[in-house]
Amino acid sequence: MTSLLARRGLRLLIPFLPVLLLSACNTVVMKPSGDIAAQQANLIVVSTVLMLLIIVPVIALIILFAWRYRKNNTAATYTPDWDHSTRLELVIWGAPLLIVIALGLITWISTHVLDPYRPLQRLDAARPISMDTKPMIVEVVALDWKWLFIYPEQGIATVNELVAPIDVPIRFKITASTVMNSFFIPALAGQIYAMPGMQTTLNAVINKPGIYEGFSANYSGAGFTDMRFKFHGKDQAGFDAWVKSVKAGTVAGASASPAAGALDRGVYLELEKPSEREAVRRYSSVAGDLYNAILNRCVVPGTPCMNETMAADAHANHHPGADTKATVPAGSAPDEIRTTPSTSVRKSPHAPI
Amino acid sequence: MPEITYPDAGAASADPSTRFYVREHHPEHGTLLGFWLYLMSDCLVFACLFATYAVLGRNYAGGPTGAELFDLPLVAVNTALLLLSSITYGFAMLEMQKGKLRPVLIWLAITGLLGAGFLGLELYEFAHLIGEGAGPQRSGFLTAFFALVGTHGLHVCFGIIWLVTLMFQLGKHGLTPENGRRLMCLSMFWHFLDVIWIGVFTFVYLMGVLP
Amino acid sequence: MPQFDLTKLLFGRLSWESIPFHDPILLGTFAMVALGGAGMIGALTYFGQWGGLWRNWITSIDHKKIGIMYMILGLVMLMRGFADALMMRAQQAMAFGDNAGFLPPHHYDQIFTAHGVIMIFFVAMPLVTGLMNYVVPLQIGARDVAFPFLNNFSFWMTAFGGGLTMVSLFIGEFARTGWLAYPPLSGILASPDVGVDYYIWSLQIAGVGTLLSGVNLLATIVKMRAPGMSLMKMPIFTWTALCTNVLIVAAFPVLTAVLGMLSMDRMLGTHFFTNDMGGNAMMYVNLIWIWGHPEVYILILPAFGIFSEVVATFCSKRLFGYTSMVYATVVITILSYLVWLHHFFTMGSGASVNSFFGITTMIISIPTGAKIFNWLFTMYRGRIRFELPMMWTIAFMITFVIGGMTGVLLAVPAADFVLHNSLFLIAHFHNVIIGGVLFGLFAGINFWFPKAFGYKLDDFWGKCSFWFWVVGFYLAFMPLYVLGLMGVTRRVSRFEDPSLQIWFIVAAFGAFLVLLGIASMLMQFYVSYRNRDALRDVTGDPWGGRTLEWSTSSPPPDYNFAFTPRVYDNDSWADMKASGYQRPRSGFMAIHMPKNTGAGFVIAALSALVGFALVWQIWLIAGLGMIAMIAAVIVHTFNYKRDYYISADEVTRTEDSRTRLLDAHA
Repeated sequence: MTSLLARRGLRLLIPFLPVLLLSACNTVVMKPSGDIAAQQANLIVVSTVLMLLIIVPVIALIILFAWRYRKNNTAATYTPDWDHSTRLELVIWGAPLLIVIALGLITWISTHVLDPYRPLQRLDAARPISMDTKPMIVEVVALDWKWLFIYPEQGIATVNELVAPIDVPIRFKITASTVMNSFFIPALAGQIYAMPGMQTTLNAVINKPGIYEGFSANYSGAGFTDMRFKFHGKDQAGFDAWVKSVKAGTVAGASASPAAGALDRGVYLELEKPSEREAVRRYSSVAGDLYNAILNRCVVPGTPCMNETMAADAHANHHPGADTKATVPAGSAPDEIRTTPSTSVRKSPHAPI
Repeated sequence: MPEITYPDAGAASADPSTRFYVREHHPEHGTLLGFWLYLMSDCLVFACLFATYAVLGRNYAGGPTGAELFDLPLVAVNTALLLLSSITYGFAMLEMQKGKLRPVLIWLAITGLLGAGFLGLELYEFAHLIGEGAGPQRSGFLTAFFALVGTHGLHVCFGIIWLVTLMFQLGKHGLTPENGRRLMCLSMFWHFLDVIWIGVFTFVYLMGVLP
Repeated sequence: MPQFDLTKLLFGRLSWESIPFHDPILLGTFAMVALGGAGMIGALTYFGQWGGLWRNWITSIDHKKIGIMYMILGLVMLMRGFADALMMRAQQAMAFGDNAGFLPPHHYDQIFTAHGVIMIFFVAMPLVTGLMNYVVPLQIGARDVAFPFLNNFSFWMTAFGGGLTMVSLFIGEFARTGWLAYPPLSGILASPDVGVDYYIWSLQIAGVGTLLSGVNLLATIVKMRAPGMSLMKMPIFTWTALCTNVLIVAAFPVLTAVLGMLSMDRMLGTHFFTNDMGGNAMMYVNLIWIWGHPEVYILILPAFGIFSEVVATFCSKRLFGYTSMVYATVVITILSYLVWLHHFFTMGSGASVNSFFGITTMIISIPTGAKIFNWLFTMYRGRIRFELPMMWTIAFMITFVIGGMTGVLLAVPAADFVLHNSLFLIAHFHNVIIGGVLFGLFAGINFWFPKAFGYKLDDFWGKCSFWFWVVGFYLAFMPLYVLGLMGVTRRVSRFEDPSLQIWFIVAAFGAFLVLLGIASMLMQFYVSYRNRDALRDVTGDPWGGRTLEWSTSSPPPDYNFAFTPRVYDNDSWADMKASGYQRPRSGFMAIHMPKNTGAGFVIAALSALVGFALVWQIWLIAGLGMIAMIAAVIVHTFNYKRDYYISADEVTRTEDSRTRLLDAHA
C-alpha cells in the first residue's frame, strides 16, 4: 500500500520535469547573444547529457528495484546473504570513471579555451579571428553600489551604462573600489570577480544588437540588489554615433540625463562615496591616468600607489638592509607585476602626485 | 592490552551464547591518543599561520623588512632557552619513570623558568618593535609575523600555566598514573611548541634576514 | 587624574540604541520567545524539575543524554533557520516592480546570512553530532565515549554558540555578509557594527565544541571497540563517523585560525585581509573554503552511514559491497581536501588551476556514485519494508543524484562562470543538503528514536511529514534551477523583471509545504508521546536490526551493556541472532562509570559571556571572563574523583526488569 502511494507520488513529479526542461531551454544562459556565453551554454548541454547517461538509468533502477523487491512481492527472488560481486563492482566504479574521464577532457579543453584571460580566437562559430586582433578596451570599476565604465580609447566614461559594438572583441579590465563584486552579463559571457587593488580581465564579444542585463553576482552590501546596468550592443555606426554624442554632451534617448562633464579625480572621489540606485551618467572626458590610480588605490593625491609600493618591497627583498624608502628608479621595475597567476597590478608609466 | 576474562567454566560453558560477551572489559585509556589528535589540530592552526606568513610575508607596504628588524642574536638566545627547556622537561620525564617526585618537580620548575625567560625576551622584542613603529598594524608582513610568533608565545604561556598547575597537583597527589598521563600530555605539548619554534626560527627569522 | 568613563568600562559600545525597539518583526519575535521562555520556566518551577534538569541533563556526561540534547538543539534551531527561509521566500515572491516587499535590504541581508549560519552550524552540525554521539558507542559495544566530560563541554559550547547568535536578534544585529563573511565586506571598514563580531564569536565558540567532539569520537572509535571488532568489522555508520571525525579534526582548526585573523583585522587593525598595507582578501577566501569543503562532507558522510544501516535493515539483507563502501568513504575523505577552489572558480586563478580543481571535484563523484550503486544492489533481491526510514532513503537516492549531477555540472569551470552565485547554485546545494543530509537525518531520527525513547514514532504523521517535505522541496527548489538559468543571482531582495515572479511564487508555495512538513513532524513527536504505550518498543529491536545497539533495551540502561559484547562478524547483532544468542540473566558485576559534572556548562557559559563582551567591546568583562574561564578549567583539573561504580545489585535489578519485560511479551 505504501509503495503504491510512492509510485503514484513519483508519477506526479515526473511530468513536472519536462515542464522544467522546456522552460530552461528558453533562458538567457541557454540562449545568449555573445559567443563566449554560447560556447558555455553548449558546454552545459554536453555535460548534462553525458551525466544523464548514468543518472537516468540509476533513477529508473531505484524505482524499479523499490517496486519489484517490496516485501509483499513474494514472487521476487530473495538472497539475504548476497553482498558481493566483483564484476558488478567493476561496472559500478568503471562506468562513472569513464564518464568522468570524458568530462575531465572536456573540462581541461573548455577551461583553457574559455579562459576569461585568453584573447578571443573567434567572433562566433563561423568566424575565426587572429588572437592578435586588437580588442576594444573597457575599464570597469565596481563601486558602492554602481558600475563605472571607462573607455580609454574613446576618452569617455559612463556610470551604469555599457555600450559596445557588435562583432568586435572587447577586453574588460576590471577592478573594484572597496569590496569584492562580480562583473556579470549573462547574455555576453561568464562572470569574473572585481576586487580592490587587483585587476581581472574578461575577453568577450557580443554578436547581436540589443539591450542586455548586467549586474554584480557577488553580494557587496546594502545597495547590492540595485547594482544593475544595461549593456547595449549596437552596430558599429550606432556605437560611433553614441560615442560622439557622449563626447558632445548630448545623448538621445529616454534615459538621457544631463552630461556630467569631465571625470577627473575630484569628480571620481565624489562618485566613489556610497550611494544606491544611481541613474545613468555619462562623462564626456576622462583623466588618462584615472583608471590606473583607481587600480593602485592612489586617487587621493599624496597616497602611495600600490604598484610602486610593491615594486619597492620587491626591491627591498633583493637588497635586504638597503634603504627601502627610496623610490624605484624609472624603468627598473617590470611593466606588469603579477601578484597571483592571473591577477595583476598594472604599473603606471609615471607616479601621480 | 584490554583485560578480557572469559566466563567461568562449568554450567555457563554449556551455553553457547557466552562466546558473545566478556564479563569484565577494561578499554584502553584514550588520553594520550586524544591529546595527540588535539595537538595535530593545533598544528593545523599553525599551518594556517605559516601559510598566511608565506603569502603576506613580503608585503612590507613600504615599511621595514625582516632584515631591518630582526635581532638575530636575541632570537638565538631565545631559541636556546626554549630548546634547553625541552631538554629539562625530558629530564623530568626520566625522573618520573624512576618514580622520583622531587627531582621531577625540580626539573619542571627549571623548565618553567626557561619558558618564562623565553616569553620575557619575546615580549621585550615585541615591545621594541612596536616602539619603533613596526607593530602588527604596520603592514601585511608584520601582521603575519606577530600573529605567528604571538600565537606561539601564547601557547607557551598556557603551557607554563599548565606546568605550574601540574606541579601543584603532583605535590598534592604524587606520581599517580593519572598524573603520569598528564605529564605525558604536557610533554607532548611542550616538545610540539619546540618543533613549531624551529619552523618559526627557520622560515621567519633566518629566511627573513639572510639573502 | 585620568578620565574614567564608567559606562564605557561596563558597557563598551552597548547602549539602548542596540535594542531594536522600532522593529515590529523583532519585537513580535521577542514577545513570542519571552512568552515561551516564561512558560517553560514556569512549568519547570511548578513541577519542581529544576533539580532534575540540572542533575539528569545539564550536568550529564552520558553520551545518550548528550546526543538527545544535540538533537533538541538542532531541531529548535531548525525552526529559527526555517523562519528565515520563509521570510526570504515571501519577500522574493512579492518584491517586484513598485512593491518593495516587507524586508528592506538592511533586514533581508541579515536574514540570509543568519539562515546559512544557523542551518549549517546550529542545525545540521548538532543533528549529525547528536546522532553520532548517541549511536556510535552503542554500535561498537562501548559504555560511553573516550572523554565523557569533554563530550558534555563540547555540547554546551555548541549550544552557547547558538545562543550568542540568537542574542544578536534582540541586542544589536547580525552580520550582513552572507554565511561565510568574505572580507573586505566583513572587515571593519565595510562592516563596522557588531554583526560580524557576533558571527565570529558564535562560530569560534561552537567551533571549539565541534573540534573537541571530533577528537573525542575519533579516540572512542580507535580505542573502545568491543573485543573482536576489527576496523573491517565495524558497522558502516561507525566507519562514516570515523571519517567524519577525521575531517572535523583536520578542518575545524582552519576555521578557528581564519576567524581569529578576521577578528584581529577588525579589533586590532591588522592587515590580513585589508585592501591596503599588504593584506590579501583572497587569502580569506582560500582558507575559509579549505575549511568549508570538508565541512559539507562532514555533514553528508554520516548521512551516507545512516542510509547504509537503514537499507540493510529494511531490505533484510547484508549491505552490498561493504569493503568498497569503506574504501569509497575513505577516498571521499581524502579527496575532499583537494577540491576547495571549485567554490571560487570565478576569482580568476587561471585555466590550469581551475581545471585541476574541476577535475578533482569530478573524481569525487566516482566513490559517491559507487555508494548509490551499492545501496541499489542491497535493495536488489532483498525484501524491502517501506517503513519511514526506508521511504526517506528512497527519496534521498533520487533527490541526491539530481543534486550531485548539478554539482558535477558546476564543477566544469567554464560552465560555472555563468552559474556561479546564481539561484542555480542555491538550488544545487539545497538539493544535496536537504536531499542528502536532512533526509538522512530524518531517516536516522525515525530509525533510532525507538532506541532512545522506548517507543516508535507515529507512522501517519511521519508519512504526512515525508510527503509535505518531498513535494515541498521539489516545488521550492526546482524553479530555482530555472531562475538561475534565467540569469537571477543570489542574495537579491527585489526584482524588476515580472516574468520571474511566477517561479518565485511556486518556490514560496513549496516552502509553505515544507512548513507543513515541519509542523507534521512536530505533531508526530507529540502524538507519539501521547500514544507511547501503544507504540512501545519492548524488545529493544523493533526493526530487526543488524548492529549492536539493537541488542540493548529501549532505552538502554546508563551503562549500555551489562557485559561487553564479543564480535565475530559485521552485522554482529544479526550474527548473534542467527547463532541463537541468549541474553545472560545472572552473574552481573559492578560497572565503572564517570560522574556527572557542571564544569562543562560553567566554562561554556563563561565563554559565551566573554564572546558577548568581545562583541560589545566591554574589555573589563572580557578580561575578567577569560580569567574566570582559566580558573574554572584549573579548578576542574583538581577534581580527581570523577567516577563511581554502579553496584552489582543495581545492575542486576535493571537487567532483571528487562528480563521480566521480555518474558512477558515473548
